[in-house]
Amino acid sequence: MVDARGLSCPVPVIMTQKAMKSGEDYYEVMVDTGAPVENVTRYAQSQGYSVEAVDKGGEFLLKISK
Amino acid sequence: MTEKKNDKLFIIIAGLVIGVIAAALAFAGNPKNMGFCIACFLRDTAGGLGLHKAPPVQYIRPEIIGIVIGAFAAANVKKEFGSKGGSAPMTRFALGFFVMVGCLMFLGCPFRMILRLAGGDLNAVFGLVGFVIGIFCGIFFLKNGYSLKRTYTLSQGEGCWMSMIEVVLLALLLVKPAFIAFSEEGPGSMHAAIALSLGAGLVVGVLAQRTRLCMVGGTRDLVLFKETRLLWGFLAILVAAFITNIVLGGFKLGMAEQPVAHTDGLWNALGMLLVGFACVLLGGCPLRQLVMSGEGNADSAVTVLGLIVGAACCHNFGLASSPEGPTPAGKIAVIIGIVVVLCIGIVNTYVKEKAADTATDAA
Repeated sequence: MVDARGLSCPVPVIMTQKAMKSGEDYYEVMVDTGAPVENVTRYAQSQGYSVEAVDKGGEFLLKISK
Repeated sequence: MTEKKNDKLFIIIAGLVIGVIAAALAFAGNPKNMGFCIACFLRDTAGGLGLHKAPPVQYIRPEIIGIVIGAFAAANVKKEFGSKGGSAPMTRFALGFFVMVGCLMFLGCPFRMILRLAGGDLNAVFGLVGFVIGIFCGIFFLKNGYSLKRTYTLSQGEGCWMSMIEVVLLALLLVKPAFIAFSEEGPGSMHAAIALSLGAGLVVGVLAQRTRLCMVGGTRDLVLFKETRLLWGFLAILVAAFITNIVLGGFKLGMAEQPVAHTDGLWNALGMLLVGFACVLLGGCPLRQLVMSGEGNADSAVTVLGLIVGAACCHNFGLASSPEGPTPAGKIAVIIGIVVVLCIGIVNTYVKEKAADTATDAA
């Protein structure tokens, strides 16, 4: 679980990138609405993951899986 | 998330529209190669309000008002408006201040740098080189854990401040009371009709909010993530403005006698190095900061205030360049700015690395 709430881009993407170095099949990332959701999603997809975004009211839980 | 495939196309189209508008504004009355310049226009606005007394650069620029209001409207329609803040406000203020010092050394923000390139101003090539070096400096710290702590949700009113200020500025522009100063000659006196400038600003504000357009983000994301989306926006503006300039006869290739520009290559580069470096540490260029201030981000609003105060100081203390070249005081200010930004990078990367809630990700 990566908690990137309240952090401005590109920090949430860098945190996701660092976490993904462990090479697991499933990650969860918490981000704010807007640009972080799009940027983390775009990065995860570019790495071959699929992303499900769950709206938590002003925040999103991104379920990232292979 | 099925629409992601269209992301790139959208930002290219948006960049093309913005490029045409920006180049065309220069033919509608704005200074040459200055259809948009966030730094110059905030500086002009500061002058219009009497925060500095440089007669040639005083005007409340409707483009700025339009960008913020456009971003505010787009964010509200898309339910992305949210009052947030509390992430290192004074550090952001200082970064904003020195971004302006760098911009006024070069005579333009990153947006105007593109427009100068598109107009054939080869001095901007030096600026671009410095800008990219500055971005790499910022990326070094990002890769090593740089972060300016978290923002928190604030009361709804907090995020509306910058938009409300812009409404007041619009009223001052239209009513023009005696305490407001507008240039009678020089760049500040050159402007398109208010409705045209405001409309252009609104369009750019909406498009920039929807696309997250950012002039430093293109190079930064390419290096960090091999992500090219924002860079396409940057290039689309360049191409569209270039073609518009060719069609309308505004293209003049060379270094000498370019509009609102000087030919000191070293200081053009160092000015933009400071801008690129500080903007990466801020998380976005001056345009992006304006847009985020409209989206309710109080930290970006503080950054914009830093830009405005920076502009006022640049003209009050003789730091801003002129077409004759940079000033000695301006050179000192840029060096100080680079040192300060370097210190901000070091402090927020290494000194507080173990702080509880920064870039440490719970496993």
